[in-house]
Amino acid sequence: MRSVVIAGYGMAGARLAEEIRRRDPSGERVNVTILGEEPHLAYNRVLLSGVVAGTMRPENVTLHGPEWEDRVRLGVSVVSVDRGARKVSLSDGTAIAYDALVLATGSRAWLPPVEGLTADSPGVVAFRTMDDCAKILDSASPGAPVAVLGGGLLGIEAARGLAGRGCQVTVVHPVGHLMERQLDAAGGAVLARCLSTLGIEFRLNARVSGYVPGDGLKLEDGLVPADLVVVAAGVKPETSLAVEAGLTVDRGIVVDDCLRTSDPRVYAIGDCAQHPGTVSGLVQSAWEQAEVLADLLTGNDVAARYHGTPVVTRLKARDVDVAALGDVHVDVDAEDAEVLCLQDPMRGRYAKLVVREDRVAGAILIGAPDAAATITQLYDGRIPVPSDRLAVLLGRALPSEATVAGSPAELPATALVCRCNSVSKGQLVSAWRAGATSVTDLASATRATTGCGSCREAVCGIAEWLSTTT
Amino acid sequence: MTVETHCPYCALQCGMTLTGAEVQPREFPTNRGGLCQKGWTSGQLLSTPHRLTSPLLHGKEVSWDTALDFVAARIADIQQVHGRDGMAVFGGGGLTNEKAYALGKFARIALRTSQIDYNGRFCMSSAAAAGNKAFGIDRGMPFPVTDLDDADAILLVGANPAETMPPFMQHLRGSLIVVDPRRTATAEKAMLHLRPAPGTDLALALGILHAVVSDGLLDQDYIDARTTGFASAWRVAASWWPERVERVTGVAATDIHAVARILARSRNAYILTARGTEQHASGTDTVSAWINLALALGLPGRAGSGWGCLTGQGNGQGGREHGQKADQLPGYRKIDDPVARAHVAGVWGVDPAELPGAGRSAYELLDALGTSDGPRGLLVFGSNPVVSAPRAAHVTERLKSLDLLVVADFVLNETSALADVVLPVTQWAEEEGTLTNLEGRILHRRPALRAPAGVRSDLEVLQQLAIRLGLPKAAFPTDASDVFDELGRASAGGLADYSGISYSRLRDGEALHWPVPAADHPGTPRMFLTEFAHSDGRARFVPVDHVGPAEDVDDEFPLRATTGRVLVHYQSGAQTRLIDELVRVSPESFVEVHPDTASRAGLADGEYARVSSKRGSVRARVRCVSSMRPDVVFLPFHFPGVNSLTNPALDPASRMPEFKVCAVRLDAWGES
Repeated sequence: MRSVVIAGYGMAGARLAEEIRRRDPSGERVNVTILGEEPHLAYNRVLLSGVVAGTMRPENVTLHGPEWEDRVRLGVSVVSVDRGARKVSLSDGTAIAYDALVLATGSRAWLPPVEGLTADSPGVVAFRTMDDCAKILDSASPGAPVAVLGGGLLGIEAARGLAGRGCQVTVVHPVGHLMERQLDAAGGAVLARCLSTLGIEFRLNARVSGYVPGDGLKLEDGLVPADLVVVAAGVKPETSLAVEAGLTVDRGIVVDDCLRTSDPRVYAIGDCAQHPGTVSGLVQSAWEQAEVLADLLTGNDVAARYHGTPVVTRLKARDVDVAALGDVHVDVDAEDAEVLCLQDPMRGRYAKLVVREDRVAGAILIGAPDAAATITQLYDGRIPVPSDRLAVLLGRALPSEATVAGSPAELPATALVCRCNSVSKGQLVSAWRAGATSVTDLASATRATTGCGSCREAVCGIAEWLSTTT
Repeated sequence: MTVETHCPYCALQCGMTLTGAEVQPREFPTNRGGLCQKGWTSGQLLSTPHRLTSPLLHGKEVSWDTALDFVAARIADIQQVHGRDGMAVFGGGGLTNEKAYALGKFARIALRTSQIDYNGRFCMSSAAAAGNKAFGIDRGMPFPVTDLDDADAILLVGANPAETMPPFMQHLRGSLIVVDPRRTATAEKAMLHLRPAPGTDLALALGILHAVVSDGLLDQDYIDARTTGFASAWRVAASWWPERVERVTGVAATDIHAVARILARSRNAYILTARGTEQHASGTDTVSAWINLALALGLPGRAGSGWGCLTGQGNGQGGREHGQKADQLPGYRKIDDPVARAHVAGVWGVDPAELPGAGRSAYELLDALGTSDGPRGLLVFGSNPVVSAPRAAHVTERLKSLDLLVVADFVLNETSALADVVLPVTQWAEEEGTLTNLEGRILHRRPALRAPAGVRSDLEVLQQLAIRLGLPKAAFPTDASDVFDELGRASAGGLADYSGISYSRLRDGEALHWPVPAADHPGTPRMFLTEFAHSDGRARFVPVDHVGPAEDVDDEFPLRATTGRVLVHYQSGAQTRLIDELVRVSPESFVEVHPDTASRAGLADGEYARVSSKRGSVRARVRCVSSMRPDVVFLPFHFPGVNSLTNPALDPASRMPEFKVCAVRLDAWGES
């Protein structure tokens, strides 16, 4: 039986192990060894912002139950790869041979070069692991000043969570608007405005010159006081093993549509991998890669290929609804695209839709949850955008047909009044003229109101109108 | 003579009176004096000019003896050559308890075949399987319908009662949340309408469960005291945070949180599921996901709250309890359980070893007909699979390949048109019997008028065939109350225990919800108040994950089709399509489609479209509906051909076909 070694037991490695298990439940096809550097079972990193916000308890974010303790070698990592001998050496001094090696080593937090700011500095936590969460929660006392370094997705989720805990949060961001990878400037401004109403302050275009434990972050124009600095300034793929093993590495470990590295017996998935056309660092991509790779490694579907994952960014923060997808950096007057944009900053709404060849090419939706849900489906499914673009942008169709709420006189004769018995207004009028001149008589003549009874009010209204007009 | 009875159609079993063939509504807890147009016009079935009054043999009228002799001789020939399982039986969820019981018994001791199943497999099986897993027992609604009246909030999933059982709407008084890909008449009444893409309900349920946990709404005390297995169910739901669910389903994350909040903050709340969420290749798991949600909120087994399923067919509940199912014996007993076999064999006076084992499920049975190891002969009672089965064109071919097809019905339909022998039988108001409605209450249906000359009851047909197959007459009584008493004995000690019910108690108007284990037992309107039916008394969370539709869309078939019902038709339409007043309202197949999707196919409102899947195509008139999702089309399945589109991918647990989502394309009629 072939030996598959998975180096890494984070979101990608754990998922791959599950997907292989799903396809090979009794382990008849491949023998899997999972190596996890952290001493505990895998957890769901996506939910850590919920832990910081206090909506999720740490025990609720584990990915695996205790039955996995026997399936994973916890606290053990790969220290080197001998591709010639097809062997990995482990941190506990042992070695394992492999037929297929999967690098799922993830990424690590990137610390911007700031004087006095290191991972070990007191009061500094990179927001990346469960242990980081515990440290953040230890320091995030109500009323405490906290600086979040980085105004990207993760930084904003952390900031929102900490503000919800009663911390005085300042987001320090080196760029002129928040989430600049996903939002345009106007969208970023609306987002900042929403977050301001929740008590979060911002320092945009900020140049941080130093960190002083106990004081805070030194900016060119003054100090941002902070008992705690949460660093969410981006991540770097963890590629050191691959580099040392001589695999092709660009920003991440370069892989093809089979998730193969430059050595066809070595694969890489998740944050550490670099697939052409895929933005790394997203769990959806990692999970889709895990599915494809599980198909290939178990022989379940040897034609499985990974072709990239369309990126939909969705902020998970209470009271702030932000979705961004595709290419959004397009002006409203661009000639190569149809661009719609609605700005309502006072109410925290911003909706931008970029359409090319009748398909969604990009969108930003702030404070427009219905539109976000619909447009995401149109984008993912490559579904033609409905011609009523405004309805798409608003997330709901404007009422086009008159409802029964109109006055009885205005109601067309064909309007269905009693659905249960298929009775139209015209039939009620005819029955009235034939002598059924009360609601009871109308009911026995037409059976209107005799089903669920919810049209009684409408029938009464029609009877009243008829009694005044005939 | 005026007789108090119940409507012949759906599981709400509205109370009505019949004077001859004239219908008047009557007060009854389920319908509160209301009737829909189907109910009002049901009397016309009794005088339909299409009524069969003579057996047909190869299309020619013959005497009963000729027809029955022919059938019995052919059965003997087939079983001689192909063995006992060369004969099969296909029943229906509209048959009375007595007929369903007698049909199961006939299959097991007269034909001695394992090959029996029924169209309820296409209705209730996923909810039944999930209910059994969670609670240890399956009663669609484990509480009376009228309990819903006091609910503060009701989540209706894949149900459109405003069209399928209109008087039921009177019970939905609290905040109504509807989950349906379409803006149905029911959705229009809702305070919140969630429109998931077809085939993604399971993800939605997981997302709402996730929101319950993340928003601190879990009923931990209830989970600790009354359930097991939360941790493993949660670990799946943990990976379905609402924003991820939004991407898969198209339901806004804010709405997912809102549902969790509304349900959790209601004093009394219900989750009700129906075919929209159940008729999938992952239907059982999907219902399990909704039950998990109900358990996380502490709803089941609490007075005034709960989970329930809206049963569809008139006797969809009773029909699945007394032996029509391939794997069951009366009393909801398992056919592979030696104790169950011994008990039922004792009642039937046969050796338990002679009882056949489990047979094929409905679609598998239809799919095997006429094949080398499949049945060569089939008896159909109360079903029209040519219209109602998935991949219907293929099923039609299978039926045509049989050596013997016998259909007992009161009018000709698409299936009996293929039959070698058609046996004209009595219908609802011409016979006595019981049905078990959607709340597990046993109802007595009284005869209101005499059947036309030439017509016999199903019980008489079974007796006559049994005699010809060499069984004693007494094994198949023709008096419904005798059959019911025997059914009671056969069900005694089973999950669905009817042994304490008698015709006299029912005639006295007692409201008896099963189980009724003794003649002095008051029945069980509310189940689970103190314990669930598993041996440890606890309900089980079942860990389930979303997998999505069995068939994906592609360039050739880019749209998702979903099927459903219209108010004026019932099931395959075999009855309602005979009634002019109903046909005037809904005369033919139609397809609801977003106007843009129609115009992209070169179609306008009112024109004929060809809707095609990998399996077949059907003509349907276009109805442009601007509230439709642009990637979804809807067709009612009451008309022949619609089910030629649908996907027979089966649920692994319930063997339910995936009626509710398949990939299709839309073209102008006449283009191919």
